[in-house]
Amino acid sequence: MAYLHWNNIEIAGIAAAVPTMEIDNRNYSDFFTEKEAARVIKTTGIAKRRFVDENTTSADLCYAAADKLLSDMSIDRNTIDALIFTSLTPDYRTPASGIILQNRLGLPKTTLAFDLTLGCSGYMYGLSLAFNLCSQPHINNVLLLNGETKSKTYPKTDKSVALLFGDGGTASLIRKTERSNPTFLSLNSNGDKWEVIQIPGGGYRNPTSPETLKLRKREDGSIRSNEHGMMDGAAVFDFTITAVPKDIRETMEKTCTSPEDIDYAVFHQANKFITDHFSKKLKIPREKVIYSLQKFGNTASVSIPLTIVSELQEELKDTTKRLLMSGFGVGLSWGTMITILDKCHICDLVEI
Amino acid sequence: MEKEFMDNMMEILENDEITLDDEFRNLEEWDSLSYLSTIAMIDDEHELVIPREDFSNLKTLRDILKYIKKDKEKNK
Repeated sequence: MAYLHWNNIEIAGIAAAVPTMEIDNRNYSDFFTEKEAARVIKTTGIAKRRFVDENTTSADLCYAAADKLLSDMSIDRNTIDALIFTSLTPDYRTPASGIILQNRLGLPKTTLAFDLTLGCSGYMYGLSLAFNLCSQPHINNVLLLNGETKSKTYPKTDKSVALLFGDGGTASLIRKTERSNPTFLSLNSNGDKWEVIQIPGGGYRNPTSPETLKLRKREDGSIRSNEHGMMDGAAVFDFTITAVPKDIRETMEKTCTSPEDIDYAVFHQANKFITDHFSKKLKIPREKVIYSLQKFGNTASVSIPLTIVSELQEELKDTTKRLLMSGFGVGLSWGTMITILDKCHICDLVEI
Repeated sequence: MEKEFMDNMMEILENDEITLDDEFRNLEEWDSLSYLSTIAMIDDEHELVIPREDFSNLKTLRDILKYIKKDKEKNK
C-alpha cells in the first residue's frame, strides 16, 4: 500500500504565475448558448480562466514562479539540490523541460533535474518525490515545479471540456526543518481507466498523421481531432465521487485526523459541485474548503499550489496551519496529503 | 421518500411539472450536469452511489426510486 510518512521536512515556500489574459466563460465559445454556459458555470463554479498566448509555455510560467520564489526568499541558487518539473504540456517531447529549467534558473550543474508526466494528481506525486529526495542526507532544498497550458490541449468545440481548463505555473520549495512536522501521503493509481482522460494521437502508439489531425464530429456534437484532449466526464465523475472521498477518509482515519484538526482543505480544483459534495460527506466545514477555480478553472497539477497562493497568502502568514490536500484525475491516479505549513512563505501572485 | 425524491428532482431539473413516469432522458432539461446532480443527491440522501452501468438501465424516475428502495432492502 502506497502510504508514505516523513518527519522534519516541510513545504517552506510557494509561488505561482498565471497569464494576464482572462477568459470569461459566459462568452468564450459560440458552441455554448448563453443558458448552457451559465449552467456549466453554476455547477462547476468555473467562471473565469487565464490563457497564455501562443508563445508562452508551461516552463515559462514555472520559470516566472520559481524566479520569484528564489528571489523573495533570498535563496542562494547554488543550494538547490533537485528540481522536479511536473507537466503534461512540456516544451519538447525531448529533452525534459526540467533540465532546461535547471540552466535557465541559474541552478548549478550538481542539481538533479527531471520531468514527471502527471496531471491533476501531479502535486501529490511531485511532493512524494520531493519529500523522499529531501530525506537524503546531502539533499536539503528541492524545487517542485508544476506547470500546465491546458488551453493548448482542448478545443473550443468540445462540449465536455471547453469551459473547464486554464493555464498556470507554480514553484514550491521543499526543505529540511528542525520541526518534527509529521507529514502523511497516500498515493493510488488505476490504469484500468486510462482511456477516460486522454490524448489518443501524437504519441508513439498513434503517431501524428493526417488522420490524427483530422477534425471529427463526435456523438455528442463536439468537434475535435485525435490530438486534442478528451474526457469522458461521467466516468471521471464516477471515479471522483467514490475513490477520492474514500482515500481522504482513510488517510484521515490512519492519521487520527478529525475535521476539526484541519485548518484548510485544498482539493484539486476540478468541479466545485463535486468537491463540495464530498466535503459534506467527510464533514469538513465549508469555510475550510478553499477554492480558486472561479478565477483560474482547472489547471491540473497546478491547481492546489495556485489555490494556496491565490487564496491563503494572508491566512498562512507568520502562522502554523494544518492542511489537507487531495489531487485526483488523469491516469487515473489520486492521492491525499496531510501536512503542516509553518510560516510558509507565500509570494504575491505573478502575472506574465 | 417519494415526495422528497421528486422535490429534489424538480429542483435539479428546474421543472416542477415532472412526474414519476417521465423518461428523464427525454426531458429537455436533462443533461450531463443533471446526471451529476442526481447521482450526488442520491448519495447525499441515501449513502448510495449508483454505478454508471446500473444507471444506464434506469429509464423513468420511478426506476431510480425503485433502485434506491431495493438497495435499502438489501442493506437492512
